[in-house]
Amino acid sequence: MTPPPTFLGMPPFPEAARSAVSNPQLRHNLRKATHTIRDKRAHVVGELSDWAELRAAGAAIKDRTLRRLDEYLVAAEAAVTAAGGTVHWAADAAEANRIVADLVRATGETEVVKVKSMVTQEIGLNEALAAEGIRAYETDLAELIVQLGDDLPSHILVPAIHRNRAEIREIFVREMAEWGVPAPPGLTDEPAALAEAARRHLRERFLSAKVAVSGANFLVAETGTLVVVESEGNGRMCLTLPETLISVVGIEKVVPTWADLEVFLQLLPRSSTGERMNPYTSTWTGVTPGDGPRDFHLVLLDNGRTDVLADTTGRQALRCIRCSACLNVCPVYERTGGHAYGSVYPGPIGAILVPQLRGVASGKVDPQTASLPYASSLCGACYEVCPVAIDIPEVLVHLREQVVEGGGHRAERAAMRAAEWVLDDAKRLRTVQRVAARSRRLLPRRAPGPGAAWSDSRALPEVPARSFRDWWVRERSAPPPQPPAASPQPPAASAQPPAEQNRIEEDDR
Amino acid sequence: MRVGLFITCVNDTLYPRTGQAVVRLLERLGCTVDFPTAQTCCGQMHWNTGYGKRIEPMVAGFADTFAGYDAVVTPSGSCGAMIRDNHPRAAARAADPGLSARVAAVVPKVYDLTEFIVDVLGVTDVGAYFPHRVVYHPTCHSRRLLGLGDRPTALLREVRGLELVDLPGEEECCGFGGTFAVKNPDVSTAMGADKVRHAAGTGAEVLCAADNSCLMHIGGLMDRQRTGMRVVHLAEILASTAG
Repeated sequence: MTPPPTFLGMPPFPEAARSAVSNPQLRHNLRKATHTIRDKRAHVVGELSDWAELRAAGAAIKDRTLRRLDEYLVAAEAAVTAAGGTVHWAADAAEANRIVADLVRATGETEVVKVKSMVTQEIGLNEALAAEGIRAYETDLAELIVQLGDDLPSHILVPAIHRNRAEIREIFVREMAEWGVPAPPGLTDEPAALAEAARRHLRERFLSAKVAVSGANFLVAETGTLVVVESEGNGRMCLTLPETLISVVGIEKVVPTWADLEVFLQLLPRSSTGERMNPYTSTWTGVTPGDGPRDFHLVLLDNGRTDVLADTTGRQALRCIRCSACLNVCPVYERTGGHAYGSVYPGPIGAILVPQLRGVASGKVDPQTASLPYASSLCGACYEVCPVAIDIPEVLVHLREQVVEGGGHRAERAAMRAAEWVLDDAKRLRTVQRVAARSRRLLPRRAPGPGAAWSDSRALPEVPARSFRDWWVRERSAPPPQPPAASPQPPAASAQPPAEQNRIEEDDR
Repeated sequence: MRVGLFITCVNDTLYPRTGQAVVRLLERLGCTVDFPTAQTCCGQMHWNTGYGKRIEPMVAGFADTFAGYDAVVTPSGSCGAMIRDNHPRAAARAADPGLSARVAAVVPKVYDLTEFIVDVLGVTDVGAYFPHRVVYHPTCHSRRLLGLGDRPTALLREVRGLELVDLPGEEECCGFGGTFAVKNPDVSTAMGADKVRHAAGTGAEVLCAADNSCLMHIGGLMDRQRTGMRVVHLAEILASTAG
């Protein structure tokens, strides 16, 4: 058996992005998919006159809940327990995986069906279960494509966004037989045919499974109710048919009341799939005799979240409801896809969440993690669409500070110090401008060394004969005092004709 | 009204003609323009790259240099946004406890050039003449952070001889992003290439914007790709006349 695909050992973002932007098929798939969802979202959000108020309410509810998270979690635990469920607390991925594996083993089963869940991917649950001899079957269509293709997810909502339908057909034909019901003969790449093949393949799985593993979109503290929001009905199958249900839920998923939930059930579908209402919204509270799973376990996971909560700027990332609107509008994500981010959480939200979960504030993270806060032009499109108003650019800049303070980027720090020395003082700035102007004929239009990162694709700007400052001082104000004798003489000055230095133009460039 | 011009370090050093255009334009509109020579940089590059704790001298320098003016006008959307959004944040954690008050006093007087002309002077026809086919690229910070809205295009529509054509995908970032352009050159170039392709597809001769740093990136790509297009700062178009 080949080892499972992994994000471990991924190169830093710029390097991973380089191969992605050079892949025409990937670029085409991503552009088409992101623009389709982006436009759909914009359309349905535009229908609501109170979207700004809903968004503010979503942010406020999350912030209020996070401020008293300890109380709401204890209340949720009490309610789940009272309803016949069992609550487990997991400090990290290893502990959560251990709890789930033990619970599955206690049932005597070696197979589980899974509802699409980001948090179980975050902790690497499938791989951990495989190591214990337990096979986890993904039942979401896109997750099925990823699993059958021995691939990695590249998007939060549509993890196979990097695949087109021809590639999906090929994966189904090649792989389905090995896992269960094979692809029907003569399978085409029509979406309906592909969906039917997946349906037939999965149906057998739903009917035979005794154990299901899910995440949850929300946990309503007042009643201990879990909520899964999905589009295909596979989640409903997994949540109702098996005898045992194990839900792994990040501690930030709690909302205090059903009235709070109502806000998110409006925000989430419009932001994620661009639908007015979500197709399958499943809720369950503990166990109900004769109806659904007999045994329900809730694993509440920290895995770095309390550290994020301790950072007053970074904690807004915990508001995230995993809609992926930020991915769909991100010009960087659109051109690189999700794999370049080296995590199950790609795009703008991944760039602020993953470094925090991996402990960037400690100053001890690997170069791949340290590259993530820089994977953005700070254009602000993500903040504009975020349904819970996470100021992603603000957090990116905040995390860049943490990377710098962690001791990274030695050459850059020296360059920044030099720039400060110039920019903290107008006289020094003017001196540097004059040196540049006098040597401007010697400056290349292609730069060597680190400057090649600019000039490999872009012409360098020409340095003008005079700075604006020089023009103003000579043309528009009284003569300035003579520069001090210690003023450095540029080496190129003698190479310039004297007229060059004194020429007066209106538009000198 | 005493108008202080914050030229920005990039314009000062590399694009003096943009600054000269701003002076010409504002004087034509009846303003008295001053350029206080103590000014340097808003600190945006340091802030956005993770060196925000080192810009206190620049923030203080800006607040003190421009304290005495009725209005501070700048021809750069990203520098204007840096001052408006981030100088108060930088001042709040500065060693100098008095800095926040000085920043708070100056920030409301800071205007992007187009805001100043449209909102303060109440003018949209600035008497300009620019006989070219032009696309306007709303840079991310002028659009999303400053919220310039339709001010720039309202000014452009009144320019004699100018044919303004829509830029497809105008809301998409050009890929400059300050140090992003050199830290992630491949993605930056891919974004810029799409921007150039959209602009060239309109048949326009000129792409204009309210920020020369974005134009440096877009124009640098156009130059290398031999598109035959050029980039021009909005202020230079508004300053140009038939005479």
